[in-house]
Amino acid sequence: METLAPKIIFWVFTGLMLGSALVVVLGTNLVRAAFALLATFFSVAAFYAMLGADFLAGVQILVYVGGILTLFLFGVMLTNRIYGLELETATFQLGSGALVSLTVFAVLVTVVLTTPWSQTALVEEGPTTPAIGRLLMTEYVLPFEIASVLLLVALLGAAMLVRRRIDL
Amino acid sequence: MIPLEYYLVVASALFSLGLFGLLTKKNAVNVLMSIELMFNAANINLIAFSRFVTGDTEGQVFALFVIVIAACESAVALAIVMSLYRILKGVDLPEASALKG
Repeated sequence: METLAPKIIFWVFTGLMLGSALVVVLGTNLVRAAFALLATFFSVAAFYAMLGADFLAGVQILVYVGGILTLFLFGVMLTNRIYGLELETATFQLGSGALVSLTVFAVLVTVVLTTPWSQTALVEEGPTTPAIGRLLMTEYVLPFEIASVLLLVALLGAAMLVRRRIDL
Repeated sequence: MIPLEYYLVVASALFSLGLFGLLTKKNAVNVLMSIELMFNAANINLIAFSRFVTGDTEGQVFALFVIVIAACESAVALAIVMSLYRILKGVDLPEASALKG
């Protein structure tokens, strides 16, 4: 019983993740796609938790669901003339797109299944936040500072881009 | 215990779905959603490798930086989509062909 429960959780979240990703990719309604993306982000967070990355699971929900998804909903609402909620999205190059993505999928799965991976988890379960904080403040302090500058530049750049031009 | 291959195959499927959406969707916001799917698939791989292969938390730090860059990317990209909407009165990418030779 104890060995069965992680498998059931894994398959439930796999189904939720790939099913909602299919709605995002194949659906025609933009608002529905945005809400399906919510389910995808939640199941990815569940995957992080299953892999022992508790801090990353929290960050995933905070940043993706709280930030990026809200941004997407604003994007959907501001870039369409809304008559009701039927925001259609069209597709093109279906055949070549399917060919390319299926080829990439086949290559990735072949590589994954033919490589001999180690079968045991090397990290023991436990809180990862102290270790991540220590790494960010010692070994990765330069990327950390660059990331903060990058966030500032993205903030200013986004504000500049959407600003209405005032003709003097 | 779920083996590493399962995580990698699921992440590959998510990545390929994102690639398919990136190549086939006309709406720019929907293309950005597909790019986020690909970011998430790469992040699952990073965290799975940090647990099974390297055995430390450095992979999680990398995934954290990926999340930061994804947030910057979507903010700037949506700002560009807004400007595109103001010029074209729509966000269908095949219409934005002013630079086509």
